Amino acid sequence: MTAPHPDTWLTPLPAGLYCAPADVFIDPVRPVPRAVITHAHSDHARPGHEAVLASPATLALMRARLGDGAGRSQQPLAWGERLTVGDATLFLQPAGHVLGSAQVAIEYRGARAVISGDYKRQPDVTCDPFTPIPCDVFVTEATFALPVFRHPPAAGEIAKLLASVRLFPERTHVIGCYSLGKTQRLIALLRQAGWDEPIYMHGALAPMCAIYEAHGIPLGELRPATVAAKKDLVGRIVLAPPSAIADHWARRLAEPVVCMASGWMRVRQRAKQGGVELPLVISDHADWQELNRTIDEVGAPEVWVTHGSEDALIHEIAKRGIRGRPLRLIGYGEEDGS
Amino acid sequence: MIAFATLLERLLFTQGRNDKIRLLRQFFETQPDPDRGLALAAIAGELHFATAKAGLIRDLAAARTDPTLFALSYDFVGDLAETVALIWPGAATNAPPPSLPEVVEALNLTPKPRLPALVAGWLDATDAGTRLALLKLITGGLRVGATGRLARVALAEFSQGRAAADASPRILPDDIEEVWHSLAPPYLPLFAWLEGHADRPDPATAPVFRPPMLAHPLEPEDIPTLTPAILRAEWKWDGIRVQLVATPGGRRLYSRGAEDISAAFPEILEAMNFEAVLDGELLVIRGGTVAPFADLQQRLNRKTVTAKLLADHPVAVRLYDQLFDGAEDLRPLPFDARRARLEAWFARTSPARMDLSELIPFATLEDLAALRATAREAAIEGLMLKDATSPYLPGRPKGKWWKWKRDPLTLDAVLLYAQRGHGKRSGSYSDYTFGLWKGDELVPVGKAYFGFTDAELAWLDRWIRNHTTARFGPVREVEKSLVLEVAFDGAQRSTRHKSGVALRFPRISRLRPDKPAAEADRLEALERLIPK
Repeated sequence: MTAPHPDTWLTPLPAGLYCAPADVFIDPVRPVPRAVITHAHSDHARPGHEAVLASPATLALMRARLGDGAGRSQQPLAWGERLTVGDATLFLQPAGHVLGSAQVAIEYRGARAVISGDYKRQPDVTCDPFTPIPCDVFVTEATFALPVFRHPPAAGEIAKLLASVRLFPERTHVIGCYSLGKTQRLIALLRQAGWDEPIYMHGALAPMCAIYEAHGIPLGELRPATVAAKKDLVGRIVLAPPSAIADHWARRLAEPVVCMASGWMRVRQRAKQGGVELPLVISDHADWQELNRTIDEVGAPEVWVTHGSEDALIHEIAKRGIRGRPLRLIGYGEEDGS
Repeated sequence: MIAFATLLERLLFTQGRNDKIRLLRQFFETQPDPDRGLALAAIAGELHFATAKAGLIRDLAAARTDPTLFALSYDFVGDLAETVALIWPGAATNAPPPSLPEVVEALNLTPKPRLPALVAGWLDATDAGTRLALLKLITGGLRVGATGRLARVALAEFSQGRAAADASPRILPDDIEEVWHSLAPPYLPLFAWLEGHADRPDPATAPVFRPPMLAHPLEPEDIPTLTPAILRAEWKWDGIRVQLVATPGGRRLYSRGAEDISAAFPEILEAMNFEAVLDGELLVIRGGTVAPFADLQQRLNRKTVTAKLLADHPVAVRLYDQLFDGAEDLRPLPFDARRARLEAWFARTSPARMDLSELIPFATLEDLAALRATAREAAIEGLMLKDATSPYLPGRPKGKWWKWKRDPLTLDAVLLYAQRGHGKRSGSYSDYTFGLWKGDELVPVGKAYFGFTDAELAWLDRWIRNHTTARFGPVREVEKSLVLEVAFDGAQRSTRHKSGVALRFPRISRLRPDKPAAEADRLEALERLIPK
C-alpha cells in the first residue's frame, strides 16, 4: 500500500495548518484546543490555546510574553524526541530562526511532512542551527524569496556599524530591532566583534534578553537606556524596538544615528522609507539562496509555501522538477520585522 | 571602487549636511590619488561617459537572469540599476574588484561593442553595493544628495585638518571655488595644495568662477538698523543671477551655483568681446521690456539651443556689479567706487545684449517702503539694498546686501515628494509636497497641485522621473534639489502638520531650477507670517 499523500491529512484551514490524524494545528492564528508552536514570535505563538506543544525554550518565551495566555497545558518536547499523537508521530528539530525555534516533522502511514516555520541558515550563536529533515512535503516560508535577497555575512554588517561609531563618536547609534531574536543576535554579534562596552536598551527588550541568558547565552553588560542621561549615551550603542525610534522616546538620545537591522534593508527604498541612516542587512530569515539550498537538501518532491513571495519561489523550483503549492496562509510575517 | 561605493551609500542615507561633509572629508583623508579626485569628480557631476547607457545594463541583466524572476524583482525594487546590482548572479572569477581609476579609464577608452563584456566582468568581481555604484556611475546620476559645493566645503575642512600644524592661512571653500574651474579630474594639484605640499594652483588666465556676494532677506526687525545715507537701491529683477567671465583664457557664463551654463546662451558668449568679470541678472528682454520669468525658463537647462528659441526668447544681461576690469581685481573697492568703474567701463565698451541696472533715487526708508509697495511690474520682485561702503565680499556677509521682496506671501520651498494626479493628469506627477529648512533638515510644510502651466507640468514630470530616489506606491521621493516658489494666502498653526504650520491656498507660482536648494526659505520665515 502506498502512503497517503500528505494533502489528504494536512490541510490549510482559516485557523491555520491542521493535521487531522494528530488533531493538532501548527501555529494557529486563532485559539484552538491543541496547538504545536514552531517559535515564540507573536504571529506564530498566539494566546488562548488549550494545549500547547513546543520546544522547552519556546514555552519559556511564550510564558514570559503571554502569561496565562501561553496555553492551559504546556508540553515541552526535546529535539528529536518522537511523540505519538493520535494516529501520527511527531518530532521537533531546530529551525535556526530564534531561541527555541523548531521545525515540526509529522509522520503518518509512511509519509513525512516537515513544517519548517520561519528559519535561516546563517550561523547564529543564540539558537541551535537548522537541521535538514528529509521529507515528502516540505512546508516553507518565503519572506525573502526573490533573487535580489542575498543576505551578506552578518559580521560585515557589524563592521559597518562599528566603523560608523568611530566616525561619529559624539552621536548615539540606535538600532531598531525586534525584542525576540534580532536583539539578542545583534548583541552576540557585537560581542563577537569585540564590542565590550555596555549596550543600552529600551525597556521592552530586557525581558527576552533575561530568558536568553537563563538559557546559557551570555550577552555581556546590558543597561537600560530609558534612565540614562543623554551625555552617558554619547558614543554608545542603543537597541530599541523600531516603533520607539521614530517616537518621542528617541529624543533622549544624543544626535542619534538611526540604524535598522533587517533583511529588508537590502533594498534602499525600503531603508530610506523609515528614515534609516545606517541600514544593516541582518535577518532572521533564509535568503533566496538559503531557501533554494534547503529545499534541495530536504529532497522533498513537493514544497508548500506559507507566506511571502511564493510566485518567485514556485517558479524557480519548478525548473528543478519540484512541485510548488501556495498555501496563502493569512496572519504571518507581522511581528518579527525579518 | 569599494570605498567609493561605501561613501555613496552613506551619503545617500545621511540627512544632515555636516554629517555628509564629515563622510566626504574622511574619504579624502583615507583614499589615495587619483581615486579621491575621481570620486570628487563623480560627486560634482564632472564625469561623463559617452558610450555607456542604461540600455546596456538592461541587456546585460536579460542575458544573465530568468526574465520572470527579473520582472518580479524589478517590481519589488523599483529601480533598474539597483535591481541589476542586487540580482546579478555572478560568475566564478579570480579577478579582483576594479579600482575607480581603472573603471573611469576603461569607460573612456573602451569602444562601445566591447563595453558589455567589460561591465559584466566588473559586476562578477564585485559585491552588490559596489555593483550599484558602478551602474550609477555608468548611467550618470549618483543621486546621493551631495553637490559640488558640498564637496568643496568638505575639501576645505579636509585641508584644515591637514594643515593644522603649521601657521599657513586656512583655505576656505570660496578659495577652492576660485580655482575649481581651472582644474580637471583627478585634481592632483588641488589635493597637493590642500595638503600643504604645493602652492595654490594658479588659475592664470583661466575663466574661473568667483564666489558671488549674496543678499540677506530683509526682515521687519532689520529695518531700524538701516542707514539710508549709505544705502543704494536697485530693483530686484526677476531673472537668474549670472556671472560673466571673459579672460584671455576664455569666456564663461556661470550660474550663481558655479554651474557653467555657457552652452545654453551662445548669444551672451558672443557679446563678451571684452576682458572683465561681471555680475548681473539674466533676463528675456523683448523690445526693451523684460518678459516674465516663465519665458526665461524656456532657455534654462538646455545643452544646446535652436535658432527659433534664440529668436523667440532673446536674452540679455542687466549688469549690477563688476569684479574685474581686465586683470584688475575690483572686489576690494567699496560699492560706490565699483559702480563708478562699472558705469565707465560700460560707456567705454558698450557691449551688446547688456545694460545697467539703474540706481533708484530715494531719501528716506519711507520712500523705499513706498517704492517697494508700488513696484507692480511682473519682472520686478522687489528691491535690492546695498551698502555703498562695502567691498565685494564672497558669501552672505551680514548687513551688507539686502533683498526686500515685494510680496511677503511667497516662499521658496524644496520639492520633497510627488504623487500622480487623477483624471486627465493621471499619467503625470502633478501633486507636490514641498518643505522648508529647519536646522539642516527639510520639513514638509504643504502640498500644491496647481498654479503651473501645462508646459511646466511636463517639465516637472520629467524632472521628477529623472530625480526619483524612492517610490512608495503612487508617491515618489525626489532628490532634494528643486526649488519651487510657492504662493499662498495665509499661514496658520496646525497640529496636523509635522512643521506645525498649515498654508492657505498654496500654489506653485514659479519653478526655480536655477536656485540652490540650500537657499530655499527656512521654516522660521514662514512662522513669522502667522498672525499672533
